[in-house]
Amino acid sequence: MAKAALLEKTTPHGAHAPLLAIRDLQAWYGESHVLHGVAFDVSEGEVVTLLGRNGAGKTTTLKAIMGIMTKRSGSVMFDGRETIELPARRIARLGIGFCPEERGIFSSLSVEENLMLPPQVRPGGLSVEQIFELFPNLRERLSSQGTKLSGGEQQMLAIARILRTGARLLLLDEPTEGLAPVIVQQIGRTIMRLKQEGFTIVLVEQNFRFAASVADRHYVVEQGRVIDTIPNEEIERNINKLHAYLGV
Amino acid sequence: MFELLGIPPQALFGQLLLGLINGSFYALLSLGLAVIFGLLNIINFAHGAQYMMGAFVAWMLLNYLGVNYWWALLLVPIAVGLFGIVIERLLISRLYHLDHLYGLLLTFGLALIIQGLFRNQYGISGLPYQIPQQLAGGQNLGFMFLPNYRGWVIVASLVVCLATWFMIEKTKLGAYLRAATENPTLVGAFGINVPRLVTLTYGFGVALAAFAGVLAAPIYSVNPNMGADLIIVVFAVVVIGGMGSILGSIITGFGLGLIEGLTRVFYPEGSAVVIFVIMAIVLLVKPAGLFGRTA
Repeated sequence: MAKAALLEKTTPHGAHAPLLAIRDLQAWYGESHVLHGVAFDVSEGEVVTLLGRNGAGKTTTLKAIMGIMTKRSGSVMFDGRETIELPARRIARLGIGFCPEERGIFSSLSVEENLMLPPQVRPGGLSVEQIFELFPNLRERLSSQGTKLSGGEQQMLAIARILRTGARLLLLDEPTEGLAPVIVQQIGRTIMRLKQEGFTIVLVEQNFRFAASVADRHYVVEQGRVIDTIPNEEIERNINKLHAYLGV
Repeated sequence: MFELLGIPPQALFGQLLLGLINGSFYALLSLGLAVIFGLLNIINFAHGAQYMMGAFVAWMLLNYLGVNYWWALLLVPIAVGLFGIVIERLLISRLYHLDHLYGLLLTFGLALIIQGLFRNQYGISGLPYQIPQQLAGGQNLGFMFLPNYRGWVIVASLVVCLATWFMIEKTKLGAYLRAATENPTLVGAFGINVPRLVTLTYGFGVALAAFAGVLAAPIYSVNPNMGADLIIVVFAVVVIGGMGSILGSIITGFGLGLIEGLTRVFYPEGSAVVIFVIMAIVLLVKPAGLFGRTA
């Protein structure tokens, strides 16, 4: 089956345009061409994952959506607006929240300052009280230095701080990496909660078991392109294909 | 003890006071350098020239426009800070993608040009600036005589240093600044305008230098080299305190002023080099500086 036809078939065609529509997204690190025409859609309220091996271009795709990769071309439509020419700070203001792979907790800021750092970009974000319901650990650690938290707590803080801002689309880069199973479960429950709250989420994952437990759909990324789309209900049938893609 | 060492208390306290005065200027200037270096990663070699501009603009305001010292204390930092903002937008902002060395060369060149222009116009003999009448005279403290203006310099410097520390460590704006110092890309991806923050920070650092310049005008004569003479010591202070450390530069500034004063009492020959000796020792023992974070 042709790749384009596959994309056509599995991309949902509702009455509304998707919240995020990416076409022919290319990006470069200096001279090195790393994204070669990424294309996928995410509808409002969906959770999708980008799966793929190390170096396939998943993280780069998130950074290119966010505008952190400044050398990029193609089309990234968010909420009906072309963002490919905008700087990162303007893209964030449209309502996209970014949680980087390295978590990006600031060591010279307290937990509270880290939590309150991202400015509100739209109304309708979670209140601080609601965030403490999701992540009770953070409440007791508010005055600690940000990087004194455990790895799991830092990950929660990195997610928590973009929930306040009113962002509707969350880009989460490997939120489970290096965390204990019990914390991974907690993060999984959190993502399900956020989906119920109406957040739209793009998740980069290496762990497809975790991805399968939270996502509606999976895009397989390889060599800077989306090469396959697997709806979550078909994941068991495609397990061998997935193993081949991920090389596990 | 004083008599044992043959030093009368008047001389000791006099030198300690002088040390505190010098320390006030070290602290204000190294604080501005630290703030600029933290966010911009640029060693602002024009800092001494901007301090000198502060003193000169205060002199010009008084002699050409009749603007008194107190208004100068408010207006000069704003004016010179705006000049800094123009310099940052026009010149320095083009260098952020290059090695630190280029920023150093650019600001060093700027310092030479600014000093040259003032030397050309006003010569090097120095211009007098009267102590404002409210601060003329002094207090007899019993063990020493304290000129009012000198007391004022110490208090004003301390207040401005602590206010700056408070703003950076305890406010939302300061949190943006600290975060952008660590990871400007991520702060931008949260929707914060980092380039504007950088411009304002440079302007603020320059304004601190200009404020120090106005404070200095009635004590030191206003002359084009006043910044160049001072800035070498201030760089040593910054290195000792730790590049980019806010509280470090304040404490080190006052502390080294005092140590310099004490040296002048007990071993006058060493007073000109004591700060550099301390710098060499600190660099050997703790290369990141006394308050610096090891990267």
